[in-house]
Amino acid sequence: MSIEDDLTRYLLHLGDTALIQGQRLSQWVGHAPALEEELALANVGLDLFGQARNWLDYAAERLDDGRDADALAFLRTERELRNLLLVEQPNGDYAVTMLKQFFYDAWHFQVLQGLSGSRDERIAGIAAKGLKEVTYHLRRSSEWVERLGDGTDESHARMLAALPKVWRFTVELVNADAGEQRLAAAGLIGDPATLAAAWHAKVAEVFTRATLPVPEPASAFYLNGREGLHSEHLGLLLAEMQYLPRAYPDAVW
Amino acid sequence: MYAQLVETGVKRLKTLDEMSDQERAFQEKIDAEIKIEAKNWMPDAYRQTLIRQISQHAHSEIVGMLPEGNWLTRAPTLKRKLQLMAKIQDEAGHGLYLYSAMETLGADRDTEIAKMHAGKAKYSSIFNYPTLSWADMGAVGWLVDGAAIVNQVVLQRTSYGPYARAMVRICKEESFHQRQGYEILLTMMRHGTQAQKDMVQDAINRLWWPSLMMFGPSDEHSPNSAQSMAWKIKRQSNDELRQRFIDQTIPQLELLGCTCPDPDLKWNAETGHYDFGAIQWDEFYEVLKGNGPCNAERVATRKQAIEDGAWVREAAVAHARKQHDKHAA
Repeated sequence: MSIEDDLTRYLLHLGDTALIQGQRLSQWVGHAPALEEELALANVGLDLFGQARNWLDYAAERLDDGRDADALAFLRTERELRNLLLVEQPNGDYAVTMLKQFFYDAWHFQVLQGLSGSRDERIAGIAAKGLKEVTYHLRRSSEWVERLGDGTDESHARMLAALPKVWRFTVELVNADAGEQRLAAAGLIGDPATLAAAWHAKVAEVFTRATLPVPEPASAFYLNGREGLHSEHLGLLLAEMQYLPRAYPDAVW
Repeated sequence: MYAQLVETGVKRLKTLDEMSDQERAFQEKIDAEIKIEAKNWMPDAYRQTLIRQISQHAHSEIVGMLPEGNWLTRAPTLKRKLQLMAKIQDEAGHGLYLYSAMETLGADRDTEIAKMHAGKAKYSSIFNYPTLSWADMGAVGWLVDGAAIVNQVVLQRTSYGPYARAMVRICKEESFHQRQGYEILLTMMRHGTQAQKDMVQDAINRLWWPSLMMFGPSDEHSPNSAQSMAWKIKRQSNDELRQRFIDQTIPQLELLGCTCPDPDLKWNAETGHYDFGAIQWDEFYEVLKGNGPCNAERVATRKQAIEDGAWVREAAVAHARKQHDKHAA
């Protein structure tokens, strides 16, 4: 596979991940534990939809096959989407939601930091803008992990119960595939080894403050979001998200 | 209007002669268009009326997130998703401004929210109607936010300073949403398929009358209006505002190329206004009583969110206390 193809696939991976995380956040709207949380969740979701659009726009230009960002978001199947498995997992309670968000944010922050030094100026520009947003996301989700971990007995117990539900999916965050290794070698994305080390360090730091046990690194299993091998949750999520463009293929919205 | 039926508890207006010195000084201040501020003396009935009205307004912003939130996961393009999410985020923000304004009157946010969940405080009747198609996102923006703006523009001059100032901020954002809502409909009507055009007309048919009801009962059945007007909490009557909304909305409806679901609607050259048909007031009062299409779901959803979130809020409080103790030690 050429480096050009690697890059397009990677852009889809970034865009799809932001899109699906945004979709999960939008399911919270109207149901959050406090008004301030309604505002914050919508704010983060909004940032992520904006970033998804930027990455998918660029991916569409590179693909140059007549599809635009909307076609990529709304007309690909679950075998074609390249998002991280972590973000397609159901929201669960606030402990699950916040752990997912924190693991994603800590990864996202490192990814964007690496990308902001990309040789590709367009990528560097999008990443630099996104990094400002994700710095805020990460601060917020770190604080919630700490609050819930080191809050009441109930909130601590809920965090302990949430952890095994999402931890296994973090294996994807720290294991770059061959394509990413090639992109990193070409100076297009950041160094995956640096990312993995920084991600583990961040988790250890926040978990310690949150009085939560730092788990052993998760081990690989037989699904892979980058390859379009998803959990069963994604199909249902897409059925809802894509219903209108699929039901009215000639429509203009 | 987001606060469409507010009790003042006052049966008859007092004349200046009947008022105590304090009451008379207050009324003279109102008459001189001097804003009332939180620390000023005010009649208890003025305070209670404002608490009811502002909390009703705030509850409307919050419950109003639900009919739109219903389509957030199904918005058909990335641009529409971004717009809708931004709009709902603004509504949560409007709720926060309004609860803050209400708290300057000595009321407590959680207490007032609990009253709404118990069915003892109202929110706008419009949010008890279901959103059944994507076109409803356009129609809600255009008609519902449009009606709210007609009301809120006037409330920028309401006599209570914190409420008036909240309205100034809110109006700017609402106008933006209204234009976006209209643009959703215009896009579907000008560039869409026949199925989409039908969707738009159907949304208008369902939401037209409920939007007119947002202005509250007609003036002759609005016993609380006289006192609210004397206190300058209200600045114009329900019927005046409703008429203004219709007059400005019908040309927009025509530009869309849609029709109004009111066979009696007709331009009246003599009055310079549109005449319109009779509003189904039975329906309005039933919806306010809790018997509208979505009342039960809306309240249950909000109540559930607050109940399910209790452990999260408790954790935040416990953690803040621990941090405080740590720093104090």
